[in-house]
Amino acid sequence: MTQIICITCPKGCHLQVDEENDFRVTGNNCPRGETYGKNELQNPVRTLTSTVRLTGARTPRLPVKSSAPLPKGRIFDAMRLLDEVSVAAPVRCGQILLPDVFGTGVDIVATKSFDAAQS
Amino acid sequence: MKYDVIVIGGGPAGLAAAHAAWQDGCKSICIVERDKELGGILNQCIHNGFGLHFFKEELTGPEYAGRFIDMLGETGVSVRTDAMVLEVTPDKQVHVVSTAQGYEILEARSIILAMGCRERTRGAIGIPGSRPAGVFTAGAAQRYLNIEGYMVGKRVVILGSGDIGLIMARRMTLEGAKVLACVEVMPYSGGLTRNIVQCLHDFDIPLYLSHTITDIQGRDRVERVIVAEVGPDRRPITGTEMTFDCDTVLLSVGLIPENELSRAAGLEMDPRTNGPVVYENMETSIPGVFACGNVVHVHDLVDFVTAESQRAGHAAAAYCAGHTPAAAPLLPLKGGNGVGYTVPQHIRMDNAKDGVSLFFRVRAVYRDARIVVRDDSGAQIAAYPREHLAPGEMESIKLPRVLLEKASGALTVQIEEGGDQK
Repeated sequence: MTQIICITCPKGCHLQVDEENDFRVTGNNCPRGETYGKNELQNPVRTLTSTVRLTGARTPRLPVKSSAPLPKGRIFDAMRLLDEVSVAAPVRCGQILLPDVFGTGVDIVATKSFDAAQS
Repeated sequence: MKYDVIVIGGGPAGLAAAHAAWQDGCKSICIVERDKELGGILNQCIHNGFGLHFFKEELTGPEYAGRFIDMLGETGVSVRTDAMVLEVTPDKQVHVVSTAQGYEILEARSIILAMGCRERTRGAIGIPGSRPAGVFTAGAAQRYLNIEGYMVGKRVVILGSGDIGLIMARRMTLEGAKVLACVEVMPYSGGLTRNIVQCLHDFDIPLYLSHTITDIQGRDRVERVIVAEVGPDRRPITGTEMTFDCDTVLLSVGLIPENELSRAAGLEMDPRTNGPVVYENMETSIPGVFACGNVVHVHDLVDFVTAESQRAGHAAAAYCAGHTPAAAPLLPLKGGNGVGYTVPQHIRMDNAKDGVSLFFRVRAVYRDARIVVRDDSGAQIAAYPREHLAPGEMESIKLPRVLLEKASGALTVQIEEGGDQK
């Protein structure tokens, strides 16, 4: 039995998840808590947001995100991948910068558009 | 230059207000923004979780701002960036200074104040100790990291558990810093529960509730901080001190609406919100001057800033079209037991044909309590059961017109607990 707090909404239900009983969830006030509780113990995922190097724009960092949640255990590996990424302006919001990270089908995409800076 | 509507501030509040006024047929609108680009603080909030209410999807801050900037780009709203408003006068002149245009006096028929808020600093909370480098507000560190690409430190202690502090705990950890502790003077967190879980628990960062920093030590740079437990009176308890060797202290100790312009213009202010007193349509004490977003009261969710600012934009357009609501009958609103403030502070019945939404914060954590609205005679006008109430989460209730009509005199919004309630 594991105690976790549901993060699906601000209510923050305290869930008990029973690993030995097909990950049965109790303490949830809505069905979303059950889904969260089952996933969180079997395959926890998080959306990654960070920045990558940006050249030729007014500021030096481009905000990015994973297009879908990544396995929680691969978040720091993904951060290391981002260290190597450098993008030259112009860039558009939604542009794919790194496709199919770790074979998960999840892309790293830009979350802001930048025009090339006027020199 | 003369405009129908001048919007001061191009963050989420100003963007939504300007767009709403344009949609209502107001075609002479100008946004004045002091930064080099629109979007306000959303530009540095690169994390996700924005837009669940308004766009029904989870966006990052820059994406949320980008959507509104794109929407505004399809209108004829003029935008002045890199332009600072120095003064707003009661007769609706706006004094602006910018490198491009110099000093200008713009005239407006209606003004929307959307200046947002700023962070409380070390000076505002009076932490003892020396004055080394390495003490930042969380938002300043966020800007350095996410926009300038500059890490402010390697070993970090965060004071305050506001959402920006929690978000920065995760962000600094992802970028390789060691966040040693998050220290909160209150017995509960000031941030959203989901942020405690995904920003602190995910990275095993300890949260010390009922603790505070009693000393910051270091000569040129922060070298260590002393953290002590506090009693119910929030005073440090001798003998509970812990030492953390760190090079950085981030402060996430609250936000203050930025109202220098509002005060100088002579607007009536609410000492509880530190923002202007507003009517049901976000109009301030000066007719035709509206206010919305964090300049009125500090929000947790940008979606609610957007909704409130759209109300202000619609109201400004109506004002320019010559619609002014009757001043009476007027229902004043007060916060009672457990309620810190209410927005709006006054309801003009003439302008509440579809009822009105009230926003407020509670002063403590409650379980299974009721939000109760009573009038001057003590009669219960409405009651709303809530499983969970916390100061870190803004509450809202909707009062339908039929209930407002029942009220005699001022309304009090309060929290009631326990069984035998009538």
